[in-house]
Amino acid sequence: MTPDLDLVPFVPELVLVAAAIVGLLYEALARGPRYPVHLAVALAGIVVASGATLALWRYGGDPTVLAGAIATDRLAVLARLTVLGAAFCGLLLGTHAIERDPAAARGEFFPLLLFATTGMTLIVAAADLIVVFLALEVLSLSLYVLTGLPGRRAASEASLKYFLLGAFSSAFFLYGVAMVYGATGTTRIPEIANALVGRTGEQGLALLAAALLLIGLGFKVSAAPFHMWTPDVYQGAPTSVTAFMSAATKVAAFAALIRVFDVGLQALRWDWTPLVAALAAVSVVLGSVLAIAQADVKRMLAYSSVAHAGFILTGLTASNADGIGASLFYLIAYSAMTIGSFAVVGVTTTRGEDRTDLDAYRGLYRRDPHLAAAMALFLVSLAGVPPTAGFIAKVGVFGAAIGAGYVWLALLGVLASVAAAYVYLRVIVLMFMVEPEEALVSDPAPLPRIAIAIGAAIVLVLGLFPGLVTDLVRSAAVLRW
Amino acid sequence: MRTPIAWFVMLSGILFALGSLGVLIRRNALLIFMSVELQLNAVNLALVAFARMHNALDGQVLAFFSMVVAAAEVVVGLAIIVAVYRRRQTVDVDDARELRW
Repeated sequence: MTPDLDLVPFVPELVLVAAAIVGLLYEALARGPRYPVHLAVALAGIVVASGATLALWRYGGDPTVLAGAIATDRLAVLARLTVLGAAFCGLLLGTHAIERDPAAARGEFFPLLLFATTGMTLIVAAADLIVVFLALEVLSLSLYVLTGLPGRRAASEASLKYFLLGAFSSAFFLYGVAMVYGATGTTRIPEIANALVGRTGEQGLALLAAALLLIGLGFKVSAAPFHMWTPDVYQGAPTSVTAFMSAATKVAAFAALIRVFDVGLQALRWDWTPLVAALAAVSVVLGSVLAIAQADVKRMLAYSSVAHAGFILTGLTASNADGIGASLFYLIAYSAMTIGSFAVVGVTTTRGEDRTDLDAYRGLYRRDPHLAAAMALFLVSLAGVPPTAGFIAKVGVFGAAIGAGYVWLALLGVLASVAAAYVYLRVIVLMFMVEPEEALVSDPAPLPRIAIAIGAAIVLVLGLFPGLVTDLVRSAAVLRW
Repeated sequence: MRTPIAWFVMLSGILFALGSLGVLIRRNALLIFMSVELQLNAVNLALVAFARMHNALDGQVLAFFSMVVAAAEVVVGLAIIVAVYRRRQTVDVDDARELRW
């Protein structure tokens, strides 16, 4: 018997890898200014992959294809689209950074970003723990290199830290995979679920596996106390790469976490939801409090990303379609906010990476009112104030947590949001109410402004008309297996 | 007489713990990386032992995948460590303090 090869649900990854290989060959063979062609190839790859992903929304075949390796459900479609959107904006930002600083430019940026995107779109659809692990490594290895690509001192240090801690966390994840395999005799997520259902007696191995997998994925989503790498890497990496990975890595790792825990380990949910709740509580509190002490905007946004990982975990304590849907909505909204805010960071001054301190934001409104308004919108949304996407997202995850009986966690989240609002308001006050001290000029380049406009539009539309996507999110939250 | 599977799993647990400890207490980036490799090999041992226990090959296949990934990790990791060494003539992670809170 030959296994039937239905490659349709795998087309997005094939397209992305093809575009990446074309980019690599072009970089090796072509001479002269190459970035316009690189950008065109990469954008074409992402657009075609998005089209192929959209076509999967109505896919009617088996829940998993390729011998159970790839899931075809709508969670995979929606998460892939979010990742591809983040990659689209990351490409625009990265191209601008290369144009501005040709000395630090590397043509490998484009293929590496596409490989990272491939890993991310693959991990959100992976229905076998082997594929989850391989996709995790594809995206991580690409991101380690992307982080250190400019070769500046801070970038290479960030790359080293990211690599060492990332490899450490991958080892934990893989040990978790081994323990699941020991407990159930399979690595396919649906079969793991079936093997664990109705089992009584000794569950030690499966519980150990759940803890190890949670540690491994907790590193990747930068949940406290596994967040140590986040501030250093976000600050040291080029701002365009930070924008891309802060959004796309979170979506990818959370989608994997949803699939592994809400499908594979569903039978053990009474054991792992308290762990998720504990991680969520530590993350929201630590992230919000430590963000207050930061003088660098990228570092501040990094700690804010830790807090947001906590909010998304808050939704996942529900471990049902409500919680998954709320977390998915949060991931989409957070992607738009974080890419937008890092895009603003990249163009606040023409000196880019050198000026990411808060002082560069003094009187930004006088220098560049549009940029200041966009940044204010993103910060207000990160704080969770209506009428922005951040508010709707927070309401969703808190509602899911309360529905699951975690009232204390929702209360803690609300309190932490209030404390964190100070962080964001401080920057807004600097931008609008303080006179500029230095003669700084903001970067007028068009490409980053496109990314900022996309982010701002999504934040506003999701905030004012959340009904546009709630149905999509709800149908994506029903996992088929 | 066959050695019980549990012994192999216990040995892998010990190796994994040693690797974790190495990552946490070593200060040289290369030695930290070697400790991670020890952890990955502990995983491989557990996978092969479990494959034997289940009388199935999945675990051995996964062990091969993990070796390939470990090799790819070595390529990227050593490149990063060399890049850092060229820049600052040391790979002691305590000297990496450009980025601090």
